[in-house]
Amino acid sequence: MDKGFLPRQQFPELYQALRKAGYEVIGPTVKDGAIVFSPLAGFEQLPLGWQEQVSPGRYQLEQTAGQRCFYWNTGPQALKPWLFKPEQHLWQAEQTTEGLCFRQTPEQAQPRAFIGLRGCDLAALKIHDQHFLNGLFPDPYYQTQRQQLFIIAVNCARSASTCFCVSTGDGPAATFGFDILLDELETGFLVASGSDQGEVIVQQLPLAKAKTKQLSEAKQQLQAATYQQRTMPDEQQLLKLVNRLDHPQWQDVAERCLACGNCTLVCPTCFCSKQESHSDVKGQQAEQVRLWDSCFSEQHSYIVGKVFRPEISQRYRQWLTHKLATWQQQFERSGCVGCGRCISWCPVGIDLVEEAQALLKDEVDDD
Amino acid sequence: MMTEFLPKGLQLPIVATLADKQQESPGIYTLHLALETNSSFDFAFGQFNMLYLFGLGEVPISIMGWQQDLLLHTIRAVGRVTQPLVALDIGAQLGLRGPFGQGWPLHQLEGQDLVFITAGLGCAPVVAAINYAVENRSKYGRIVILQGVKHHNDLLWQPQYERWRDLGDCQVLLAASEEKKRKYHWRLGMVTELLALAQFDANYCAVLMCGPEIMMLAALKQLAKHQVHDKSVYLSLERNFQCGHGSCGHCQLGPYFVCKDGPVFHYPQIKSWFGLAGV
Repeated sequence: MDKGFLPRQQFPELYQALRKAGYEVIGPTVKDGAIVFSPLAGFEQLPLGWQEQVSPGRYQLEQTAGQRCFYWNTGPQALKPWLFKPEQHLWQAEQTTEGLCFRQTPEQAQPRAFIGLRGCDLAALKIHDQHFLNGLFPDPYYQTQRQQLFIIAVNCARSASTCFCVSTGDGPAATFGFDILLDELETGFLVASGSDQGEVIVQQLPLAKAKTKQLSEAKQQLQAATYQQRTMPDEQQLLKLVNRLDHPQWQDVAERCLACGNCTLVCPTCFCSKQESHSDVKGQQAEQVRLWDSCFSEQHSYIVGKVFRPEISQRYRQWLTHKLATWQQQFERSGCVGCGRCISWCPVGIDLVEEAQALLKDEVDDD
Repeated sequence: MMTEFLPKGLQLPIVATLADKQQESPGIYTLHLALETNSSFDFAFGQFNMLYLFGLGEVPISIMGWQQDLLLHTIRAVGRVTQPLVALDIGAQLGLRGPFGQGWPLHQLEGQDLVFITAGLGCAPVVAAINYAVENRSKYGRIVILQGVKHHNDLLWQPQYERWRDLGDCQVLLAASEEKKRKYHWRLGMVTELLALAQFDANYCAVLMCGPEIMMLAALKQLAKHQVHDKSVYLSLERNFQCGHGSCGHCQLGPYFVCKDGPVFHYPQIKSWFGLAGV
């Protein structure tokens, strides 16, 4: 993959090329004290000089004098809410003089270019593609948005203290699934295309040939990002979690867990949803709506007359064993991509990696 | 099984019209539905549909049968949707998505004795399989039907049980757990206690179970005592089904989506997960 160099002052030309090609540009920007993906009116809205300081239960942005736009790792969300929407209108029902009618809610999508996605985000996207597109019935709502997607990935230049993508194998480099790949250096960007449509955009940029020093700098900062504080046990170890359903650690974590579901909302791979029927006051029109749901909700396992997971310990166990172990049987890999969001956005700072390690302690010691 | 029946990823229901309605017992009704579709409605016994009542939402209901071009669903009126659903007038319309899930593998079981164990309304997903076995009597060995209810009046399809009792090589055993006094043809107690009276070849049989999990767990213990191998057992599970096809995540049991991988499971497949509290 040849890399060209785009000087920082000419970086806005990438925005112009994307707009000219008809894409709405979605990128990271600072909103409500966090990095949030939003439509960008220009690259000046990128989080220039912003870094995040994260730890279990804490996410804090700080402004530095730096000139980098991507010197942060994650916000609470990246792609998930754009493809698998928190509220999706599925279909409408109408009582007409001819009887009951059903109509598919039309799904509009415009070509969108996302800038700033990381290796973990792309790994999560691949998992969601598998779930929503390759299952028994492709999800037409997800599919419509997915087909219009143009992805500009960025290799991480540092790791947040909650990152553990090295141990899940999903970062810090973006290695697949992008149209354009960037490495951000102090003076500009190394740019490479990853697809034909990416190449069309790259061709329009005033790229210089990347110098050996620049390539080396990119390599070094990527290497620096591989030094992470957390290590998730490997997938073979994680499979053993299902042998630990009676471990006292579940009760231990339940005493801390609020069952708020934050971890599932910020998790880029969680896909649970529920359906509701909404109707108008005249009783003539109704709509079926799909909403994000969480296995931490008591209602999640409810059927008439029974809740299968009444205890928080059981719900935390469902989340963790599914995400890390039974997910592997369903999707042939763990559902965790090492982004660390569930750790920093947990209001009481429960650390997924620590919990997994504690549950597997004897197993790990045995090996 | 189902081809081009519901396009667009099964999201859109088809219209079903209530052609007939029968009350089976207090609070339990069988709806006879005419489907507005030009395609055939192919299904396997044990599968379920999502029935939609305008403005209220969907409920998963197992398919009871197919009779004179009408789809039969037997429903207990207990919930927010099922109560108004069974109160619909003839001619009323509802929505339907499906069929979903895996049914009983009846073709694989040919030549063997069939033992049906059900309790309460659990008989609904199984009764279609019983009817199939009865209609194809020569394909199977002995048929043993064990059904448990609280009171004998709770038994659905009483005439059918009488008819099945009169078939050759078909044993019908009924138990009422809360009856004060024993009725003719009935035993007092749990359905699982009937196994001691059942006559079938434990080495060459298939057990088809549906009902409360506590009943199925008790039955599994009894079956083991009667030397019935796990691999002979199939059971139908109930979970929170919202999408019907393994997308919404609600119905998971370990690595399985019950709506897609079940609701009928081969027991060895789920043995390590079945009956665990909070799973």
